[in-house]
Amino acid sequence: MNNRVALTGNEAVAQAMKQINPDVVAAYPITPQTEIVQFFSNFVNNGQVDTEFVAVESEHSAMSAAVGAASAGARTMTATSSQGLALMFEVVYIASAMRLPIVFPVANRALSGPINIHCDHSDAMGLTNSGVIQLFSENAQEAYDNMIQAVRIAEHPDVLLPVMVNLDGFITSHALDILEVLDDETVKNFVGIYNPEEFLLDVKNPISMGNLDMYDFYFEHRRQQVAAMEAAKKVIEDVGKEFEKVSGRPYGLIETYKLDDADMAVVLLNSAAGSAKGVVDELRAKGMKVGVLKPRAFRPFPFEEISTALKGVKAVAVLDRAETFSTLGGPMFADVRAALYDLKNDIKVINYVYGLGGRDLRLEDVEQVFNELDEIVKSGKTDKVVNYLGLRE
Amino acid sequence: MRKELEKYFRANRLPHIWCPGCGHGIITGALMRAIDNLKLDKKNICIVSGIGCSSRAPGYLDFYTLHTTHGRGLAFATGIKFAKPDLKVIVVTGDGDCTAIGGNHFIHACRRNIDITTIVFNNNIYGMTSGQYSPMTPKGAYATTAPYGNIDRNFDLCKLADAAGATYVARSTVYHVPQLIKLMEKAIDHKGFSMVEVADICPTYFGRKNKLGSPVKMMEVLRDSAISIKAAEKLSKEELVGKIITGEFHNEIAPEYTEEYEKTIEKAQGGC
Repeated sequence: MNNRVALTGNEAVAQAMKQINPDVVAAYPITPQTEIVQFFSNFVNNGQVDTEFVAVESEHSAMSAAVGAASAGARTMTATSSQGLALMFEVVYIASAMRLPIVFPVANRALSGPINIHCDHSDAMGLTNSGVIQLFSENAQEAYDNMIQAVRIAEHPDVLLPVMVNLDGFITSHALDILEVLDDETVKNFVGIYNPEEFLLDVKNPISMGNLDMYDFYFEHRRQQVAAMEAAKKVIEDVGKEFEKVSGRPYGLIETYKLDDADMAVVLLNSAAGSAKGVVDELRAKGMKVGVLKPRAFRPFPFEEISTALKGVKAVAVLDRAETFSTLGGPMFADVRAALYDLKNDIKVINYVYGLGGRDLRLEDVEQVFNELDEIVKSGKTDKVVNYLGLRE
Repeated sequence: MRKELEKYFRANRLPHIWCPGCGHGIITGALMRAIDNLKLDKKNICIVSGIGCSSRAPGYLDFYTLHTTHGRGLAFATGIKFAKPDLKVIVVTGDGDCTAIGGNHFIHACRRNIDITTIVFNNNIYGMTSGQYSPMTPKGAYATTAPYGNIDRNFDLCKLADAAGATYVARSTVYHVPQLIKLMEKAIDHKGFSMVEVADICPTYFGRKNKLGSPVKMMEVLRDSAISIKAAEKLSKEELVGKIITGEFHNEIAPEYTEEYEKTIEKAQGGC
């Protein structure tokens, strides 16, 4: 039985958490995430979940408490944004190295400085090398669905990694959206009971965790994390297929929109994909062959899926809502360009950095990108590889 | 506001973001009056803050100001004081900022006795993120994260600062403004680490969650529950429940950190 409801992104995530009913949630308030754990703490207080809710004194402590709880064998979550994620940095690496399947939503927000509370992806992109799986969500529906699937992906024996579920701060976290929620029983059955193989509170089989690991084994353990990331690609797809059976909504590593016969494509994450799809519909009506590619997983990065999806296009624009300061554009641009390198078929790939600090991405901006791609296709020449969209210069 | 105080404000940044009835404006005003009374040159003052409602204050103040990250005002300020020991460095912070996420920086600044003045806007709650309990929320009080009452015991920040080694420790309230200004003056004038805790009101979150009535009502509670250290000494522990003890708790002269540091440098470089 499916239910259509109107919820904000934060409410949708909290709703998913309620239905997942984790053992432990540890959190600290930070805009624009605060509401997620706020709503969730109400479920705790109203007895609607069995969770131990731990209000800690900083995000560093939140992720530390999550690592402690997950080590003890509990299904564990936290949530954060921006500076909070930056403060968790040290412990996120430890969570992934200890192979703890912690699920944590991140309402994406710019990093300081200058101080800014609005949406961009700087926070998530700061942790692309941390060994966590990163899922991105276009809207409240996807944030909700990703949360439920994240539990299965994280806890899969081939994976055992933390999963970060990203949703755009304010744009998705605070806007009211219509979505379908699953009934409690379906979610309960889908996520199942968490039975960790090894954990601290298994008194019959005492183990030690978080140990010193020098040049003798550190390297091998790191390689195992890579193997888990590689395995995660199939697991993300399998869990997506299984989720489709209970929800009717398909999920994979990427989503394509009108890309099959497209000459030009934009690649973007999260809510901006929705805007781009709208622009694609308008331009298609005018006869332009355009499409959208939206990576759902950013870590692991779906190199093969992206190169397969884009192999027929003539020009691609990658839109990044974060900077790398490499002076060669944003983080996704580097990865998408690398994915296309081995095709050797001269696809023109350009980059637009957009929307930093909450600057709005207007439909006209996306249209401008397609018009510039059109010029590139017609002229066969790329003037500028890295561009800034909607910036005053 | 008195005309002569206008020079301390960035008028183009006003009005402020604080809610109607909030006490933060009173504390900020008191701080400016203390600075004015001391006749300090504003070019010799740096005001530093972390994150939260209180930490918005330096944005409105026309001094050298640094708005930093959550809980770290004192850590940044320590760097400033080391680089420019002649500057008067003042940190404005809230109860969540100072005692939760920044608690470690606070105790170590106290311990070192570094010459920084810290003004704690204690409204007993995280206001900016809509009313979560902080380490200064009284036990039993309500917050959005404590709908059945807070089970955590709250810090007595003056005792904490004293025990950690601060050499000037005082408390006042947003009702007792003349006393507050006086204590701030003494704190700023003090050589070493000084801390003034200000019992503040947050009608929007703490007041609403705890059904404390209007801001005026909350101010009256401050008026009626504040007692002096001397008066408090005569009361039993039971009688002190709910009272706010105000005044100067500690005032001693002890070696100041940046001066000790300079002495060490001299010594290492062959001085006596």
